[in-house]
Amino acid sequence: MTHQDHIDTPAGRDVRAPRERAAAQPETVPPAEFRSYYGRPVLKQPVWKVPDVPVYLFSGGMAGASAVLAELAAATGRPALARVARLGAAGGALAGVGLLIHDLGRPARFLNMLRMVKFTSPLSVGTWILSPFSALTTAAAASEITGVAPVLGRAAGLGAAALGGPMTTYTAVLITDTAVPAWHEAYREMPVVFGASAVSAAGGLGLLGLGVLGADVAENAPAARLGAAGAAVELAAGTAMERRLGDIGEKYRTGPAGRWLRAARVLSATGAVGAIAGRRHRGVAAASGVALLAGSLATRFGIFFAGRASAADPRDTVVPQRARVSRSGPGSP
Amino acid sequence: MSFTLDQRLAGPLADPAAEAGYDEHPPRMGFFTDTSVCIGCKACEVACKEWNLVPEDGLDLTGMSYDNTGELGASTWRHVAFVEQTTPRRDAVDLGMPSVPQGAVEDDREVRWLMSSDVCKHCTHAACLDVCPTGSLFRTEFGTVVVQEDICNGCGYCVPACPYGVIDIRPGDGRAWKCTLCYDRTSAGQEPACAKACPTDSIQYGELDELRERAAQRVDALHEAGTSQARLYGHDPADGVGGDGAFFLLLDDPEVYGLPPDPVVTTRDLPAMWTRAAAVAAGVVATVAAAFLGGRP
Ligand code: SF4
Repeated sequence: MTHQDHIDTPAGRDVRAPRERAAAQPETVPPAEFRSYYGRPVLKQPVWKVPDVPVYLFSGGMAGASAVLAELAAATGRPALARVARLGAAGGALAGVGLLIHDLGRPARFLNMLRMVKFTSPLSVGTWILSPFSALTTAAAASEITGVAPVLGRAAGLGAAALGGPMTTYTAVLITDTAVPAWHEAYREMPVVFGASAVSAAGGLGLLGLGVLGADVAENAPAARLGAAGAAVELAAGTAMERRLGDIGEKYRTGPAGRWLRAARVLSATGAVGAIAGRRHRGVAAASGVALLAGSLATRFGIFFAGRASAADPRDTVVPQRARVSRSGPGSP
Repeated sequence: MSFTLDQRLAGPLADPAAEAGYDEHPPRMGFFTDTSVCIGCKACEVACKEWNLVPEDGLDLTGMSYDNTGELGASTWRHVAFVEQTTPRRDAVDLGMPSVPQGAVEDDREVRWLMSSDVCKHCTHAACLDVCPTGSLFRTEFGTVVVQEDICNGCGYCVPACPYGVIDIRPGDGRAWKCTLCYDRTSAGQEPACAKACPTDSIQYGELDELRERAAQRVDALHEAGTSQARLYGHDPADGVGGDGAFFLLLDDPEVYGLPPDPVVTTRDLPAMWTRAAAVAAGVVATVAAAFLGGRP
């Protein structure tokens, strides 16, 4: 329904002659139609840059799960896996810091983030997770490579592992704490999707890294399990999220978001099967790792584009709000 | 005065300036925009740009109506929406609205124009302010919401957080901008430039409590005069953003003017979001640990 249609004429844009039209006036009130201001968006689209922010969502998550993986691998006598995961954690974290600074409208002022700690701002909380995390993972990785100060390196790695869990899910709060319907309405499932996607990527990195290093395939069992389990949960939680969102979930199935997410599903599923079935074959294991990493990355792109599309569509904003007002009055949950 | 977390995030909040930490402060100030007397002259848009030195942001024709401004944005802090509707003919109350040439009207239909000067709502619970990680967005002693441009680092978080699509990043500048409710003028006891310039008093500036009373009377008067579609928007402290500092009298559903029908401050759900994220983070750690169970195969 467009702006031209008036509330008193629910028949909409009617091209029939006036008399016919009057005769055809419906007696019962038809279902409420969607109205808007010339079809223009109500919300502003996120200004976050592509690929900066979707890649950060991926690399931060991968780094977080890798930091946990690294310490457990070290503690259980899997030095090659620990090495790969430590380097992955540091690399992912540093890339994340770089991407986030590059994304700012005024990069030179990035330190203004550290003026305060603010719990109502997931970006503030996230900055206070990411900053120490990147410092600790970098120290752990530097010690890993150089062999200098192994005790301090180990301590740094444990510190990073403690922040690893939050690294995988705070970004879900970051995007769902917005007015964007396809993101906000998904706030229950999004941390599960992000956490699982991070686990899948860390497992994938482990498989790939061990393959490249030529390490004994006996070490890669935990990485294979994680890759497969993460991918399975990522797929299941993503599907549940789309379903529960109803009409808004359409944004995850159409346009660029739909294409990225279809690719993600194929990649993650292929990677999971390969990880379980072929982990003893070095080439298959490494290829499965690549597929899991790519699946996790594609998931983040898909979710990002779904949010953009949702903000741009006044239907996503207006229809659920209108339904809420008609149901129970304004402001009700 | 002390506030609970829930009061800080959503729901009615009598005194947002006190919640922000001002002990002694002036009364909460705001706008009441009575669109029933707006004539669409756009004097407010011009006065705002002039006074606040807001740069030109394109001289395009939208092709949809007399509204060639389009929407609020980083360089548009007042936006006059213009809606042309065909409605069944009825004996309309004379609101002092401009009339249209009779040739454009079918026998049983008439054309009506709705005009409304939109602006930042200066929400009681402002999502833009809540999510700002630098403290650049702050609550003034008047209870309004203002960006400190010397601090803003252009992270852009406020942009998708605003449930009204008001605030935006200015291209080439990189920082977020929006209506300040003329913080400089109001601090000096002057009314904001748009209200000053409005020739019909469609834009009224004053103490919010007083404006709410005045608005209630105006709606009653319009209802008595037969304009049953008149309704207030953003006046209710129990709504999803705790009520707006800038509220409106509309003559049709809010979405017809490009306004969300029932906006909710996203941070209302933040405690639930953090709780879930923390639980899942613990789950991630447990999952990784579980993958190491069973030792070497
Ligand atoms: S309308 Fe938007 S920009 Fe204005 S105070 Fe509310 S959230 Fe902030």
